[in-house]
Amino acid sequence: MKVGLFIPCYIDQFYPQVGIATLGLLEKLGCEVTYPPQQTCCGQPMANSGFEHITRGCNDLFIRNFSSFDYVVAPSGSCVLHVKEHLHGGTAGAAAAIRARIFELVEFLTDVLQVDRLDAEFPHRVGLHQSCHGQRGLRLAQMSELMAPPFSKPERLLRLVRGLELVPLDRADECCGFGGTFCVTEEAVSVKMGKDRVADHVRHGAEFITAADMSCLMHLEGILHRQQSPVKVRHIAEILNHHLS
Amino acid sequence: MSEKDHAALAKAFNEDEPRVDWHDQTLWWVRQKRDRAARQVPDWEALRDTASAIKENVLSRLSGYLEQFEAAARENGVQVHWAADAAEHNAIVLSILRGHGIDRMVKSKSMLTEECGLNEFLQESGVEVVDTDLGERVVQLAGEPPSHIVLPCIHKKKEEIGEIFHEHLGTPAGNADPQFLTHAARLHLREKFLTRRAALTGVNFAVAETGEFVVCTNEGNADMGAHLADVHIASMGIEKLVPLRRHLGVFLRLLTRSATGQPVTTYSSHFRRPRPGQEIHIVLVDNGRSVHLGRKDFRNSLKCIRCGACFNTCPVYRRSGGHSYHTAVAGPIGSILSPNLDREKYGDLPFASTLCGSCSNVCPVKIDIHVQLYKWRQEIVQAGHAPAGKKAAMQAMNWVLSKPGIYQTAGRTGRWVMAHVPSAVNNKFNLWSLHRDLPAPPRESFGEWYRKNKANQ
Repeated sequence: MKVGLFIPCYIDQFYPQVGIATLGLLEKLGCEVTYPPQQTCCGQPMANSGFEHITRGCNDLFIRNFSSFDYVVAPSGSCVLHVKEHLHGGTAGAAAAIRARIFELVEFLTDVLQVDRLDAEFPHRVGLHQSCHGQRGLRLAQMSELMAPPFSKPERLLRLVRGLELVPLDRADECCGFGGTFCVTEEAVSVKMGKDRVADHVRHGAEFITAADMSCLMHLEGILHRQQSPVKVRHIAEILNHHLS
Repeated sequence: MSEKDHAALAKAFNEDEPRVDWHDQTLWWVRQKRDRAARQVPDWEALRDTASAIKENVLSRLSGYLEQFEAAARENGVQVHWAADAAEHNAIVLSILRGHGIDRMVKSKSMLTEECGLNEFLQESGVEVVDTDLGERVVQLAGEPPSHIVLPCIHKKKEEIGEIFHEHLGTPAGNADPQFLTHAARLHLREKFLTRRAALTGVNFAVAETGEFVVCTNEGNADMGAHLADVHIASMGIEKLVPLRRHLGVFLRLLTRSATGQPVTTYSSHFRRPRPGQEIHIVLVDNGRSVHLGRKDFRNSLKCIRCGACFNTCPVYRRSGGHSYHTAVAGPIGSILSPNLDREKYGDLPFASTLCGSCSNVCPVKIDIHVQLYKWRQEIVQAGHAPAGKKAAMQAMNWVLSKPGIYQTAGRTGRWVMAHVPSAVNNKFNLWSLHRDLPAPPRESFGEWYRKNKANQ
């Protein structure tokens, strides 16, 4: 199975360890993974700010980089959702083919690879942040607003990790307030949302906050740092690929 | 854009953090009540589907249903008026009142009259209006607009209401006991109900089949007004129709469970024909709705039944307050309805969201609110209403991200600067770092690591 690895721009630049963990995890599970070196960004930061019409360069580049794989996998629900909903351009059918073959890492593990065992260990109390685009957009987990049976793909994977204890939260799926450029254009509300999310995890004794989206975690990490909190963030790939040395 | 946009008004609201916490928790409590009430209904999601389908049908045949409704209402002895816009609506109401020599009126809850600026217009024309919904009366006495379409004074604490009542109704200073204040309001309003000859109500649902309309309140104030008055004026947006009376069973089950978590409104009153000696007037108001109906991407927001569930669930609304939206209908639904009225003035509102999508999930008529927020952003930017700085930043960012070589160099340079000249990024001009730290810049990017460790394998 040929997998094209998409490492979103901000993960590439600020969180290389998340890319390394994602690659390691996929290879461990038997995928033949390639990272096209000329990749940059899915175009979401511009599009969510109302500038989708100028993102053709990003779209074309994305299609050139990722047209030749069975699957495209990325450790970010938000970027994957954007590609699924808005990737256009290229030769006929090229964008549609990618839109159908791109997966967020968690759903790739549960739905395509159907992982039911993991050789991972993380003996810590962990709070799971349900990132909105992964949850409500890609349906990685049931949404608290709907009157429907519960399920959670990230939780299912985290429960396979030895020693990991998931902490309950008062608000299971409230947005952290990152929101792309919202984090600076609506700085006051964004920060307040982030502080409230952090407080929920801290109140319940989390040592780590994890999520399938690093952008939420970057925002929450920024707040935790400023508060000089001992609580740390870890992308879910880092936990699923974690061994005690 | 208006003088102060949502971000600036929200920033001001956030200067009092304990108050933000109180506002957030109060509305979250209402959201939780909604969840519990919805859970009691078997097939809640099917009920939402049904309501959505009925409203889609109404929107697809609106003119036919309106004519059917008008004919049935006239048959019932109701006088029907058509208003193309807010000004016409206000003029019609005024002419009805003048025709009866009336210069004092009671009014129950109607967001449409807020949208039309009716109170200000009538006051300028020498007509006194008393809002009889308790929350509406509180904000009216305070000289403020409602901050929520269902809970108009949710931004006020009981102590503040005590002060307002002390000033305007003469209650003892310092008394903030809710039961006492409610009793004082009851005595105050009773006098108004008994002495006013005209009452204006909103309309929650109008039935095309029968020409009747339904007004939902918890306080019975619409009924007190309408039953005691010689003239009952009902203002309704043209989208308020349902085809058949039996469809009300779907909407009445959804409305209050979504709004406040109650099984049904305390009073769901059907008005069909005037009692002997009384006049009922219905004013059907367009005010941009038919234009909205013509916008393929946005028309289904006209399905809205004004329950306010999207306000209560919205993490941004809860932390910015209704007044930060500077429009009659605030919150997520207001952010997709208002740009239709004035794209420039309300061009900031679709950006007052993280696009988390919770609003669309609670909506009882399944409006894809967060999808429309995204689409409005595109419309507003393409119409030239983006701030110049933002436009330049987006174009620069897009240029870098379209060119892998430049992106890689820019990334390397940026990380070097962050590591060696932190003051270049951690300063007051960087809004990120006002209240957050930036991530520690790694020595190499993932791409660089991959080239070294993996590319040649």
